[in-house]
Amino acid sequence: MRQVLAVFKREFAAYFATPLAYVFIVIFLFAMGAFTFYVGRFYDNGIADLSVFFGYHPWLYLFLVPAIGMRLWADERRTGTVELLLTLPIPVWATVLGKFLAAWAFTAVALVLTFPIWITVNVLGQPDNGVILASYIGSLLMAGGYLAISAAISASTDNQVIAFVVSVAVCFLFTISGAALVIDFFQLWAPVILVNTISSFSFLTHFQAITSGVIDLRDLIYFASLIALFLAFNVVLIDLKKMS
Amino acid sequence: MIEIEGLTKNFGRVAAVSGIDLRVHKGEVLGFLGPNGAGKSTTMKMIAGYLTPSAGRVSICGHDVENDTIAAQSMLGYLPEGAPAYGDMTPKQFLKFIAEVRGFRGVEAKVRAAAAAAKAELEPVLEQPIDTLSKGFKRRVGLAQAILHDPPTLVMDEPTDGLDPNQKHSVRKLIQAMAKEKAIIISTHLLEEVDAVCTRAVIIDRGRIVADGTPASLLARSRHHNAVTLTLPAGFAPAAKAKLQALPGVLSVDDISQTDGVATITAFPRASTLIIEDVSALASREQWDVKELYAEAGRLDDVFRALTTHDTQRARERRAGGAA
Repeated sequence: MRQVLAVFKREFAAYFATPLAYVFIVIFLFAMGAFTFYVGRFYDNGIADLSVFFGYHPWLYLFLVPAIGMRLWADERRTGTVELLLTLPIPVWATVLGKFLAAWAFTAVALVLTFPIWITVNVLGQPDNGVILASYIGSLLMAGGYLAISAAISASTDNQVIAFVVSVAVCFLFTISGAALVIDFFQLWAPVILVNTISSFSFLTHFQAITSGVIDLRDLIYFASLIALFLAFNVVLIDLKKMS
Repeated sequence: MIEIEGLTKNFGRVAAVSGIDLRVHKGEVLGFLGPNGAGKSTTMKMIAGYLTPSAGRVSICGHDVENDTIAAQSMLGYLPEGAPAYGDMTPKQFLKFIAEVRGFRGVEAKVRAAAAAAKAELEPVLEQPIDTLSKGFKRRVGLAQAILHDPPTLVMDEPTDGLDPNQKHSVRKLIQAMAKEKAIIISTHLLEEVDAVCTRAVIIDRGRIVADGTPASLLARSRHHNAVTLTLPAGFAPAAKAKLQALPGVLSVDDISQTDGVATITAFPRASTLIIEDVSALASREQWDVKELYAEAGRLDDVFRALTTHDTQRARERRAGGAA
């Protein structure tokens, strides 16, 4: 566990040692604001809640989270530091976990910095702050899901652009797997149980369930097990690379 | 300390390392030589647990690298090729990270990091981001990282590559200072490095060991082993060559150079016969007015060239093999 912490500390500090963190946070906040206020017409709705704001999270994460995840392993392979990291006496799972947690904590920082919108909505009216808190938790869990997928994909290549593009594509499928576009394709031939399983993989479905204000254990388990699954993939991919 | 048995690594159809056996004991500094692409780095990566062997095994202080990876890695200091390090960190932060990962806490982590930095002479740059350091300092950051936990075994891939002669000297001194207490493997292209620090030299070619012995025993295999070189006025050279050739121990005589009326010639002995006494007796008897006369221990690059294959030839063979 101490090694997880050492990797976590190094990784987390690395975000702020380069302009990456600042650029990311500024763009994240700017995009959140732009979508909420201009595209989502936050004021015109006349309702004191943040459903518009949270509604855009999946779509922003779809591009911004793979941008964080793509460097996790691909960059280490490019610079050769992966050889150093994997020859230190740290179990692979601890390295994978430390890196993931650092990136997740970083997205949490970005998410927390959206707090002015929470203040705004509280000044303007009397929103249900319980729902808002649930939504923030849901948003963070969803970001973790996107991140775990991106990290695993990053582990399979030394090219950050490939890591990014593939991650966006896979994340996109997970986002919309409940939507007609995907379901119609499977409904033609797949058994109902498979169709239902696929549609239950949708980030949107689970996220919307949480943002409606109900933190259902099933939604939490969904995101937690998705993260665990992709972290396990990540470990396997690292081990496979050693053998190639 | 480091035991390697039948170590093999195939990349697709190409065999990078095929069946290497080595045992390196405490007190040995093994120089790992070979042309580029001979399998030196691949072997070292397998020792360090970065690559999984296709066959064979490595153990470090009794811990199998494949099955008992963490224990083996904690007994090893490893400097990967090119000395990679996190460029956004300063050497101080980087070494502290390594110390924490290696299980040192609080004050001890700091003490270890500082001691490693001192050994690698990093003090002047401790607070500068590694990305901004010169090649020599970057290499020494890698070295400091490898020796931080005072490991019983050390594997270093080209520890002096890209260093200037002063830096090379200090790195070699550092290796020599640690040599008694550790089993060390270093890879190098520099044959003089083997002379300077190694107690044993192993030459590999195409993934196989082609020579293994003390530097002196490898030198004995050189054409120049016990060869005698004379410098004398050019006028004497033709006669001297004929007389030298007639000596019973001499195999052949070569012209080396001829400038400003001074000629240099080398007499090569038959199968490591000692010919220096005969040659010097002959020279004084014939009154050749010799300016210089010396015998050589041998040249490692002779041995290296004789035992290893040229990269263009290797590439050609590989292509022919692939087409078949």
